[in-house]
Amino acid sequence: MAYPKNYRYSKEHEWIKVDGGVATIGITDYAQHELGDVVFVELPKLGTKIEAGKSFGTVESVKAVSEIYAPAAGEVIEANGELQNAPEKINTDPHGAAWLIKVRLTNAAELSGLMDAAAYEAYIAAKGQEASA
Amino acid sequence: MESPATPHKSALRKTPLNALHRRVGAKMVNFDGWEMPVEYPSSGGLIAEHKAVRSGVGVFDVSHMGDIRIHSGARPGGALAAVQHISMNDASKLAIGQAHYSAMLYPEGTFVDDVIVHRLGEDDYLLVINAGTREKDIQWVRENTRNFDCVVEDLSDAYTQLAIQGPRGIDVMKKLTDAHLEGLKNYWFTHGTVCGLKNTLIARTGYTGEDGFEIYVPSDAATSEKVWNQVMEAGREFAVVPCGLGCRNTLRLESKMALYGHEISDKTNVWEAGLDRYCNMEKGEFVGRTALEKAKAAGLRRTLVGIEMIDRGIARDQYCCCNEAGETIGVVTSGSPSPTLGKNIALAYVPPAYSAVGTVLRVEIRGQKCKAQVVPTPFYKRAKKAAVQQVS
Repeated sequence: MAYPKNYRYSKEHEWIKVDGGVATIGITDYAQHELGDVVFVELPKLGTKIEAGKSFGTVESVKAVSEIYAPAAGEVIEANGELQNAPEKINTDPHGAAWLIKVRLTNAAELSGLMDAAAYEAYIAAKGQEASA
Repeated sequence: MESPATPHKSALRKTPLNALHRRVGAKMVNFDGWEMPVEYPSSGGLIAEHKAVRSGVGVFDVSHMGDIRIHSGARPGGALAAVQHISMNDASKLAIGQAHYSAMLYPEGTFVDDVIVHRLGEDDYLLVINAGTREKDIQWVRENTRNFDCVVEDLSDAYTQLAIQGPRGIDVMKKLTDAHLEGLKNYWFTHGTVCGLKNTLIARTGYTGEDGFEIYVPSDAATSEKVWNQVMEAGREFAVVPCGLGCRNTLRLESKMALYGHEISDKTNVWEAGLDRYCNMEKGEFVGRTALEKAKAAGLRRTLVGIEMIDRGIARDQYCCCNEAGETIGVVTSGSPSPTLGKNIALAYVPPAYSAVGTVLRVEIRGQKCKAQVVPTPFYKRAKKAAVQQVS
C-alpha cells in the first residue's frame, strides 16, 4: 500500500494529514499489518486535549493491545464512530476511511518534526531489515 | 503505535521449519524463547486461520514441544512405576496405543507442567511437554525417577511435530498414510508410513478442541520441509492453511484448555484449575498427592471460571477482576476475542462465591470497571459426528 505524499508520519506509526487548522490522524498500513486483525478501537471523547507523543487511545488486535500516540497536540473535534462497529476497516483502509480522530492543532509547527512519506518508507524498510537479520 | 510483536533476537531457538515459515512470510514472534510463527498473512491472518481449523483444516508446526521417553530398565515395570510417581493421572489404565492428559506436580500440589502421556509399548511411555518448560521438566523428571528402574531419554530435538487440526484433518491424513485412521479414537495413536516415512507416530490429539492429528517425524530440515509441503499439498483440495500460535491460543481458550504460565503454574493447584478428572487420588502415591489431600480438606480459596464481557472491552491476561462493589476479587489468566462466538471471553481465578454461572463481575480495563458475567465452559464444544459413533 502506498504512503500518501501529503501525509506526515511518526516513528510510532501514526499518520497525520493537515487541512487548514484541522488535522486527521490514523495509523499506518505498516502498523495495521504488524497488529493483525483489528477487533477493537478506543478513541477519546470530543473536546479531549491530546499532547504530542502521549497516548490518546488504543487499538486492539486479537493478540494484543497497542497504544496510539498523538503525532501533534490539539483538541479532538471528531472521532471516527464507524470504527466502533467495524474496527476491521483499519486493516483494509488505514490511510483513508479508517482514520481515527480529527483535531484542531495547537501548534502546526510540531509537524516539522515528523517524517514525510519517503523518509517513513525508508524507516520501515530499515525495520524490516532488522527483523530478518 | 507500539509494535505488539516481541522483536526478533538471534539467541532465540528455532524449529527445523523456521526457514520455511520465513520464506512464506509468517509473522515470527518470541514464544517462551522460541522464534515461532504467530500468524501467516498468506492464510488471511489469525481469525481466518482460527476459522479454517473450526470448519476445515489447518496445520501447525509445534516442534517446540518437548518429548521425554521413559522405558524399562533391567526389569519390566520400572517405567510404569516412575510415570505413576511423577504424574497425577493413572497411567496403569492406559492400553498400548492410548494416551491421556496428565500433569507433573511439585510436592506442594502445584504444576511443574501439564503433559500428554502416551503408552508406546509394554513398559514404555512418551511424555509430550511444553516448550517453555523443557529444560526444567527434563531435569525434574530425571531427579524424581532416580530411584526407579527405568531409562529416561530426552527426545525433544529428535522430532518435528506437526498438528493437522480440524474436521477435514482426517481427509488430509488419509491421503498421506496407509495407517487405518477411521477407527482411531480420540487420544489414541498408531504407527504407520506417513509421506513415505515408516513407523511414524500418528496421534489423534491436539490443542484446538477440534478433531485432529499430531504426527512426529525426524527433525532434520529436509525431511521436515518435505513432510510439511506434502501435508499442504494433500490439504489443498480442503483449503488447508498454515496456522500460527495466535490461533492456537484462541482455539484452546474457546475449548478451555489450560496454558502453562496462565491457568496452571507453580502457584496454582489441581483443584483450583478444575483438572480433578485428570487426577487420580486412588492410584497410590505420587508427587504432590499429600499436599492435594490437605488442599481438598481445607477447601477452595479460588476457582477457574469462564467469563464473557457484557460491556465493550477485551479482558486480557493479568487484568483484575472485581465484584459489583468494585473490590478486587481475582485475576484474568487468559482473555481474547472469540472468533467462533464473536464475543470477548476470558478465564479467571475468583473465589468460589463468585463462580456460579450468571454471576456479574467487573474486569478492570485501563481504569474502567467493565461488566462481565460468569458463563458455562468450555465456551465452545465441537459437535460429535454421527458417522464416527456408528462404528462398533
